[in-house]
Amino acid sequence: MTRISLSVNGVQHEADVEPRTLLAYFLRERLGLTGTHIGCDTSSCGACTVLLNGQSVKSCTALAVQADGARVTTVEGLAEDGDWHPIQQAFHEHHGLQCGFCTPGMLMASVGILSENPDPTDQEIRHALEGNLCRCTGYQNIVNAVLAAAEDMRSSAAAS
Amino acid sequence: MIPAPFEYERATSVAHALELMAQGGEDARLLAGGHSLLPLMRLRLARPTLLVDIGGLDDLKYVSGNGDAIEIGALTTHHEIADSHELGEACPLLTTTAAQIGDPQVRHRGTIGGSVAHADPASDLPTALLAMDAEFVIEAVGGSRSVAAADFFEGPFMSALGDGEILTSIRVPVSGASGVYRKFNRRAQDWAIVGVAALIGTDGGAISSAAIGLTNMGGTPLRAEAVEASLVGVSGADEVAAAAAQVADIGMPPGDEQASAEYRLHLASVLIRRAVGDVLT
Ligand SMILES: Cc1cc2nc3c(=O)[nH]c(=O)nc-3n(C[C@H](O)[C@H](O)[C@H](O)COP(=O)(O)OP(=O)(O)OC[C@H]3O[C@@H](n4cnc5c(N)ncnc54)[C@H](O)[C@@H]3O)c2cc1C
Ligand code: FES
Ligand code: FES
Repeated sequence: MTRISLSVNGVQHEADVEPRTLLAYFLRERLGLTGTHIGCDTSSCGACTVLLNGQSVKSCTALAVQADGARVTTVEGLAEDGDWHPIQQAFHEHHGLQCGFCTPGMLMASVGILSENPDPTDQEIRHALEGNLCRCTGYQNIVNAVLAAAEDMRSSAAAS
Repeated sequence: MIPAPFEYERATSVAHALELMAQGGEDARLLAGGHSLLPLMRLRLARPTLLVDIGGLDDLKYVSGNGDAIEIGALTTHHEIADSHELGEACPLLTTTAAQIGDPQVRHRGTIGGSVAHADPASDLPTALLAMDAEFVIEAVGGSRSVAAADFFEGPFMSALGDGEILTSIRVPVSGASGVYRKFNRRAQDWAIVGVAALIGTDGGAISSAAIGLTNMGGTPLRAEAVEASLVGVSGADEVAAAAAQVADIGMPPGDEQASAEYRLHLASVLIRRAVGDVLT
């Protein structure tokens, strides 16, 4: 067992983990944060995407011990005080999901994209979502939602 | 799919990592970004008994230049390379190559050192580094040495790195030539079926120097030497195409379920033509 200490959605956790525990399983099974989905388990689908120190990563391809000392954000950490994050609002309004299985990963990857590029083009969004697969939507509404969230976030940033 | 059990140690310095690797014996493995090793461990194609995690060695994460050469710390991520303004100015071939690896999530974790050490013939950065005549700095218990890219890659997943040795940095000469990396795959995010790294110097509209690296055309990254020789002095599209066709000089590439050997040769000559065309236009 290895002792780790990490912040998840702003809450500090200490835990003893087997080194082979993957971060996705630690989040789901130890912390009960089942919003992070496991789709393929082969690093392809992106359903398990979380933010590690603000950057999008596939949590099925990181060990929990590698997140020692880090700041992790999962889909459960997006809303603040019951108010949806602009990306959640935009997926809702633009119908960016059907079955919803890929959605937590899409949301986290999108937050990652917008933190690196607040004003992406349609093509840039498609390219940056390469690591996230959706079997339902055909991606069009996901791209529309990310464009809308980007605009919303830019205008709130300008207003504040 | 969970990896088989292993012991885990977090290295606090390069010297500490070398010591842990020496104690761990031949089944100990270094862990950098984990984006080649963990997928193999989950499939249990790799079963190390000890992982020595060097991911926290922040002093191996840097880009520093002195005008003639740029040095990149082994733990610099693909994202940091793609995003580096300094590298973009000095070695555009490296930044454009890094930007085409996998997807953003992969680029946030994967490191240049891990990519080189893993020596996967389908990897992108090793080809670009071979075309740029990079040097790899290796630390061992007895001291350090430097190996040229041309001597480093020995076969699929085989390199000049010995057991327990650590690649600490990569040195790239700054040439002023333009760089383009072109890869062909069938689906977004896939590895290259074939990739081409072109480093092209021009003088008055004609090619004055050419280095062409090839990904996934053999067991190691390769240089297309006949193409390089034919490109010098050339300026027109037809001549570029004729030079690109000389890629057949490397011999037969591997054929597999993704592409036959003939198709790979065809792709390589088309990608060379396009990559060089990008520079000339
Ligand atoms: C979904 C997915 C898609 C990908 N697509 C691409 C792609 O399109 N193109 C591409 O090139 N790559 C691709 N990769 C691989 C990626 O670039 C890896 O990050 C890289 O190959 C290995 O780097 P790492 O830091 O993750 O190394 P690790 O996985 O940590 O290590 C790999 C190997 O190198 C050894 N090692 C690591 N660092 C050192 C060091 N400093 N000194 C000595 N030995 C060391 C380790 O012991 C291990 O054997 C992809 C990976 C995934 C998961
Ligand atoms: S579950 Fe992690 S990428 Fe699919
Ligand atoms: S909404 Fe069903 S997989 Fe994307």
